[in-house]
Amino acid sequence: MKFELVIVGAGPAGLSAAAHAETLGLNYLLIESSAAPANTIQRYQKGKHVMAEPAVVPLRSDLRFAAGTREAILGSWQSGLDELGVNIRYNTEAIAISGSKPNFELTLLDGETLTAESIVLAIGLQGNPRRIGVEGETDRSVQYTLDDPDEYRDETIAVVGAGDAAIENAVALARNNTVIIINRRDEFARAKDGNLALITRAIEDESISCFYNTGVASIEPAVAINLNTETGETRIPCNRIIARIGAIPPRKFVESTGIRFLSDDPTTLPELSSQYESNVAGLYVIGALGGYPLIKQAMNQGYEVVEFIKGNTILPADHNILEEKFRHLPYGRDVDDTLAIIRNNIPLFENVNGLVLRELVLASELLTPAKSDVIFHKNDYTNTFISVVEGEVEVETDSGNLITLGPGQFFGEMSLLSGRRRSATVRASGSCVLLETPRREIVKLMNSYQQVRKVIDRHFIVRTLRAGLVPDAPQSELEVVAETAELLSFRAGDVLFREGDESNGLHLIRNGSVSVSRNIGGRSIVTTYVAAGNYVGEMGLVGEAKRSATVTATVATESVFLRADIFQTMLSRNSGLRERIQTKVKERISENLRMEAAPDAGDLISFLMQQGLGEATDVLLIDETLCIGCDNCETACAETHDGTSRLKRAAGPSYAQVHVPTSCRHCEDPHCMKDCPPDAIRRAPNGEVYIEDSCIGCGNCEQNCPYGVIQMASAKEEAPSLLNWVLTGTGAAPGQRQPAAATTAIKKAVKCDMCKDLSGGPACVRACPTGAAIRMSPSDFVNLTKKAS
Amino acid sequence: MQTSILAFRGRRYLWAALALIVICIAAYWIDDPQEPPNGGTLLGYALGTLGALLIVWLTWFGIRKRNYTSTSGSVQGWLSAHVYFGVALLVVVLLHAGFQFGWNVHTLAFVFMVLVIASGLYGVAIYMRYPERLSENRGGASRSELLDQLEDIDRRSRRVAQKLPEPFQEFVTSGIRRTELGSTLWQRLRNEDRSRIQLPGSATTVANQGQEAAMDWLAEQQSRADADSATTIAELSALLRNKRKLLRQVREDLRLQAGIEIWLYAHVPLTAALLMALLTHIVTVFLYW
Ligand SMILES: Cc1cc2nc3c(=O)[nH]c(=O)nc-3n(C[C@H](O)[C@H](O)[C@H](O)COP(=O)(O)OP(=O)(O)OC[C@H]3O[C@@H](n4cnc5c(N)ncnc54)[C@H](O)[C@@H]3O)c2cc1C
Ligand code: HEM
Ligand code: HEM
Ligand code: SF4
Ligand code: SF4
Ligand code: SF4
Repeated sequence: MKFELVIVGAGPAGLSAAAHAETLGLNYLLIESSAAPANTIQRYQKGKHVMAEPAVVPLRSDLRFAAGTREAILGSWQSGLDELGVNIRYNTEAIAISGSKPNFELTLLDGETLTAESIVLAIGLQGNPRRIGVEGETDRSVQYTLDDPDEYRDETIAVVGAGDAAIENAVALARNNTVIIINRRDEFARAKDGNLALITRAIEDESISCFYNTGVASIEPAVAINLNTETGETRIPCNRIIARIGAIPPRKFVESTGIRFLSDDPTTLPELSSQYESNVAGLYVIGALGGYPLIKQAMNQGYEVVEFIKGNTILPADHNILEEKFRHLPYGRDVDDTLAIIRNNIPLFENVNGLVLRELVLASELLTPAKSDVIFHKNDYTNTFISVVEGEVEVETDSGNLITLGPGQFFGEMSLLSGRRRSATVRASGSCVLLETPRREIVKLMNSYQQVRKVIDRHFIVRTLRAGLVPDAPQSELEVVAETAELLSFRAGDVLFREGDESNGLHLIRNGSVSVSRNIGGRSIVTTYVAAGNYVGEMGLVGEAKRSATVTATVATESVFLRADIFQTMLSRNSGLRERIQTKVKERISENLRMEAAPDAGDLISFLMQQGLGEATDVLLIDETLCIGCDNCETACAETHDGTSRLKRAAGPSYAQVHVPTSCRHCEDPHCMKDCPPDAIRRAPNGEVYIEDSCIGCGNCEQNCPYGVIQMASAKEEAPSLLNWVLTGTGAAPGQRQPAAATTAIKKAVKCDMCKDLSGGPACVRACPTGAAIRMSPSDFVNLTKKAS
Repeated sequence: MQTSILAFRGRRYLWAALALIVICIAAYWIDDPQEPPNGGTLLGYALGTLGALLIVWLTWFGIRKRNYTSTSGSVQGWLSAHVYFGVALLVVVLLHAGFQFGWNVHTLAFVFMVLVIASGLYGVAIYMRYPERLSENRGGASRSELLDQLEDIDRRSRRVAQKLPEPFQEFVTSGIRRTELGSTLWQRLRNEDRSRIQLPGSATTVANQGQEAAMDWLAEQQSRADADSATTIAELSALLRNKRKLLRQVREDLRLQAGIEIWLYAHVPLTAALLMALLTHIVTVFLYW
């Protein structure tokens, strides 16, 4: 059968595309690998409140969509599909695409092929479940998802897999069934701690039996599973097999169609034109797969792509937003011209794909400061990246020099890359136009374009050298050094160099942090912690030829490595450098002496580093010699934050009477920011990492935070008046508020925001009657140990 | 690593309270009323008013502590001041009354006040000493971790008992079910161990303080068992020994925590009583004026 258009994937993007194709009267087909529309949304938690971000973008679709429960939205799409009579085939998975416009061949899982003039890929990012890969894998008794474990009773069920999904399914099913779990390895290494405990306990209790080091040999229909165990083959009769062995990321499939991606980095996007067409003419990509992670964006693109395929030109739905953004600029041009000015003036964006640049500008702000307006202050914690479109700015360096940056240059990359405070104040030196881009967009760009990464990295090195070591060296010399400098990355626990090694160079810590330890009396003792922005390894370069200490990354860390010979040349050319290094060496030596005298203090630092505090900017600690366990800190947090405490006082480890409760540490490079669809997690100038109202409650950040400090919660009922409670005892006691009625409860991510909206500062600390709770920055840990020793 | 309520900000409230005391004593010293010093002289009225204001302010601490958006200092600072001015109050009121007492409502107010202050002093002493003991006793683990470990031991005991005859399983189950950590603050404070156990072959339960009864029974079984089950029983009693140690730790934790909390059950109601008596005192004084 030949179609004008085949749309692959019935998520919000594909559904909206099909609905519009129907309205425009195209000969089209929508195929969907699962049994119902919008598989990704079907998989949300029951009753989840789906949000319609970004609020400023209007919806453009023949289907309806407004914020509401998952059920309401799925229902309205279903009725929209029925009303329009959209041509959709379920249980139909595309596995290959060949040919070219207008004769594409699309192969389906069952072997059938479809031909189409154009194809729209709207398959999202979730991927299709990985199959067992043995004979019988598609039998009816094998399923790759589990919606409701309570649906099954008194069955024998084999669960294949060892990840969180497999464990959660197995444990839930074991309540009413006999469950066997099949693990290819000898442990459940990939599972979260909580799930690991659950499954270990269940296996010990024999409520679940487990085959370790076991693969599936084959599946017999109606029904048994044959296993390859360590001791030979076993046949296990069962009623049902549930395989939870992960999903296959869609990228392989997409690449197999000939579509190119911007780079090899797993986070990058396919190369697309501003009409969503890939490098393969006639093959279009929309929705999450194209880099648009929200439902409304996906639906708008579905509509637009069909218009484009019809040969119509329409302005993108967010056109007005750009127009609004550009209104105050001195250009008086239309959107496309202004975008062209930005591209032409900033060499960094020269080769960036049009759609990518458009998205970047859309997420950015255009600033038009007046003369001597401050763009940012030294020591602010903001992490945006700023490019000069027109005019000039002045950077006030530590040494008092003013550096002028003109059109095409950029600044702000230091904080962006290191996650540390701004290292200088920047002012406008005349009227100018600046493009201020959020960190996430620049990181995406760096991952997609090697060239962009290289330029930014080189600037970073030059500016770091100038800030820390050789403020007076000429630019040309620094550029040469930057060319030869290497960027190294280390995982937590990796050693940069060991005591006794040959000194072969200097490390400038670019982000993360390291601990320095020495072997004293046969024991490795941590003598200090070095944060990003500083350097290590200098001692060996001016004095002894051997490393005098071992340096270990406390968290994921990147360093700029300067080889010894390059460094020696720098020494010979820059008179002040030797002196600066010698002062530093003196400091280090006296620090070493102090810490050698108090080995316990070093142990305390190691303990704190083991808690991941090497990447913290501000952490809550509790002095156990004072804490009376009254939990007034938690109550204070709850009472000032919609009824949910963002810290758990009792949880977390302690050492030497310093307790690290479960609470946000406001990391330099926050893990939670990594994958937030509406980019709702931000960093305020004082360093607070906080979540904006635009959170859609997807839970990614909760998963990504390694310290477990983010929860999904809904606002509790209003706080009653305190005096009323004291005098009459009516209303909830402080800390005892109940969640608002379940039907209206919208769960969003909540975490510590360091009380940035309270004038008095952190409520937890101010409410502690004994002074046990304190917030501090890791650079002050050394002071902790001063008192401890 | 932090300063305590007593040492807060270089003991600034200690010095302030001392200054208040010195001023009051000086005034008492200088004052030369017609009648012997008492609450009815001009200075008496002044000191009485000062005392009453102090009491109201001291009581206000309970409100300030719960006003989490307040920007007036920190609760630690407030408590530091509360403690020092609370003690200074004693001097102020003694001078107010001119050291005269009788069997009347005035003295009743005074008695309540002394009790509140005494309980406060006791509380401070506890706050200074118990946290460190709590922390040492827990040895870096949290209470819920200790409870998890206990649960883990129980589970393992059940499993080991599976390998032994029925009575052992009943023994383990009964031991677990009837182990008690103390449900009221009072029981926890007194470290009362009300655990019991029903030993196999007996129809009633016996006290199982410190898991002693259970240990004894197991030891006896072990001595009578054949080699095979003896090792399993030994395994069981090793688990039980661990459990006993953990239980001791958890009980100590609960006892210390109860100690930290219990005195407030005197301090606060006595404050209420004091306020009532004080009100009566002031009203009567004006009625009989
Ligand atoms: C827990 C969670 C909560 C979220 N909450 C919100 C929210 O509140 N608001 C919001 O705007 N966004 C939210 N999102 C993001 C939103 O779900 C996605 O942006 C959106 O689903 C993307 O739509 P899409 O059409 O591009 O892809 P998808 O919705 O992923 O749709 C892809 C479809 O293609 C099918 N498919 C895949 N491969 C094939 C194939 N080879 N052949 C045929 N069919 C195939 C899939 O089965 C699926 O149905 C949330 C995401 C998650 C994970
Ligand atoms: C507004 C505040 C106060 C006023 C106006 C006040 C007034 C008086 C007066 C007039 C007397 C003399 C009564 C007599 O001799 O019969 C008195 C005595 C006394 N007052 Fe107060 N007073 C005040 C606050 C307090 C406070 C806060 C306390 C302590 C809790 C207190 C405790 C006493 C005592 C113990 C006596 C001595 C009673 C006796 O002589 O037997 N008063 N007060
Ligand atoms: C008459 C004098 C006093 C009055 C009326 C008074 C009243 C109060 C009140 C109302 C509270 C609040 C309790 C709560 O809500 O949790 C409190 C707490 C407290 N008081 Fe007093 N008090 C007095 C004197 C003292 C003195 C003299 C001391 C110590 C020397 C003291 C030590 C404390 C302490 C340690 C707390 C507990 C703080 C906490 O854990 O939150 N008080 N007092
Ligand atoms: S803040 Fe967290 S839960 Fe909210 S949208 Fe971002 S990643 Fe999802
Ligand atoms: S700083 Fe504020 S938000 Fe953070 S834990 Fe303390 S009270 Fe809660
Ligand atoms: S408020 Fe202070 S004393 Fe109370 S539990 Fe929290 S840290 Fe401990």
